[in-house]
Amino acid sequence: LFNQFPNLASEMEDKVTSPEKAEEAKLKARYPHLGQKPGGSDFLRKRLQKGQKYFDSGDYNMAKAKMKNKQLPTATPDKTEVTGDHIPTPQDLPQRKPSLVASKLAG
Amino acid sequence: QLLQLNSRKINNSIKKWRRTNVFFVYFNYTADIISTVEFNHSGELLATGDKGGRVVIFQQEQENKIQSHSRGEYNVYSTFQSHEPEFDYLKSLEIEEKINKIRWLPQKNAAQFLLSTNDKTIKLWKISERDKRPEGYNLKEEDGRYRDPTTVTTLRVPVFRPMDLMVEASPRRIFANAHTYHINSISINSDYETYLSADDLRINLWHLEITDRSFNIVDIKPANMEELTEVITAAEFHPNSCNTFVYSSSKGTIRLCDMRASALCDRHSKLFEEPEDPSNRSFFSEIISSISDVKFSHSGRYMMTRDYLSVKIWDLNMENRPVETYQVHEYLRSKLCSLYENDCIFDKFECCWNGSDSVVMTGSYNNFFRMFDRNTKRDITLEASRENNKPRTVLKPRKVCASGKRKKDEISVDSLDFNKKILHTAWHPKENIIAVATTNNLYIFQDKVN
Repeated sequence: LFNQFPNLASEMEDKVTSPEKAEEAKLKARYPHLGQKPGGSDFLRKRLQKGQKYFDSGDYNMAKAKMKNKQLPTATPDKTEVTGDHIPTPQDLPQRKPSLVASKLAG
Repeated sequence: QLLQLNSRKINNSIKKWRRTNVFFVYFNYTADIISTVEFNHSGELLATGDKGGRVVIFQQEQENKIQSHSRGEYNVYSTFQSHEPEFDYLKSLEIEEKINKIRWLPQKNAAQFLLSTNDKTIKLWKISERDKRPEGYNLKEEDGRYRDPTTVTTLRVPVFRPMDLMVEASPRRIFANAHTYHINSISINSDYETYLSADDLRINLWHLEITDRSFNIVDIKPANMEELTEVITAAEFHPNSCNTFVYSSSKGTIRLCDMRASALCDRHSKLFEEPEDPSNRSFFSEIISSISDVKFSHSGRYMMTRDYLSVKIWDLNMENRPVETYQVHEYLRSKLCSLYENDCIFDKFECCWNGSDSVVMTGSYNNFFRMFDRNTKRDITLEASRENNKPRTVLKPRKVCASGKRKKDEISVDSLDFNKKILHTAWHPKENIIAVATTNNLYIFQDKVN
């Protein structure tokens, strides 16, 4: 078939893209803003920041020092809510997983 | 007709190989999420580290001289808490207690020593046995209370009496505060005096006796972090040359450094990189080329790297391409979009050599693991799963059906469980005994002894 129609071969090659490129097209269709820097600094910086938690140790230690004798309201078992009413501990804080999904959707 | 005959011959020999080199299950241990597995130099001990900062060491039973059909089983020898969770208040960073790596020191005396590390701190642990205790003190009762000296009327010589074996683990050195980023590797030098620790951007050299100082030997941190393009993913000392080490990067390159060349090994002696066809490049190219593990062969002539889809063997004398490439799960190439979305594309698989460097092994998904025989070029897929394997049963080879009609006993790519990943495997240094860690379980397999 290809011998009879030599142009057919190259046309077919263009249409049959590598599976990797097909997957890339799928991803770009879902996240159009993705990929300005393919696999670049965004990933790496997220990787280097693993373990980040927002926690004010100053407040924590001040409160601990002041209320030595008082009974402290402890954190609720529901660990997703940390409000200003009680003393947070590092264990109470929700894990801030560096979410790559969020960064994919952001600009 | 000639062609038909030949293919039949090949099929038969593949079947034969699978039958004679299959593995028995004989051990299973449930744990917290296992994060590292390592045999010691003799293979008698197997250490595992987990996400909770614990180390569990297994010891092989002494071979039963009567029953020489099977090798000894592995039983729990020692368990200890190596690392605790910490909180770095200054940087607002949680420091996980998860054990990233364990490396054994060669045995010098009756005690065993290992290095274990989490993201920030490396510890040298001494594991020693106590099977005797002193009895018959003059001034102390057997329970430890002191006796009134005035009640002592005779003297006796205290003696050592046998007691139930007690295995004690004690931290002998703590190597802390040398890493800003997360430690991914530790490697003991063949001089048995020094070791290296590597994080995302730096590699440090330590002396095992000295904890308050370490030398920085590689630093790839750019002056401006905006310019960061690559990180260190693994590092290892050469097994024989005490001046040589390698480190791999997230861009798929391996650099070999010689510590005799300069104090700071920022300039490599050799750079191993496989050229890439630019027309094949996609968004995923760099991510899947990131090397998750690098291991020298026992001979020191070769090194093996693991990237997302393959295992590559490099000859240290040839930098421009690997000498062998083995596809671990090529069928995942057409699933990269979903693997990126569920973060599986960032999974870090390890790899290992067998004792004679003739077979290499690595893990995959669905609790599958793969072995590649470098001499025969044959490969096998096996599964570590409690459902299918009672102790002492023979493992059945598995096959994944990439596309088209699925044969009986084959598993289609879409049925694979991507939560069941085997990231950590280890091979006994001398025997055909392997340790395979699924998320929560440790499996130990051995081959049939005829």
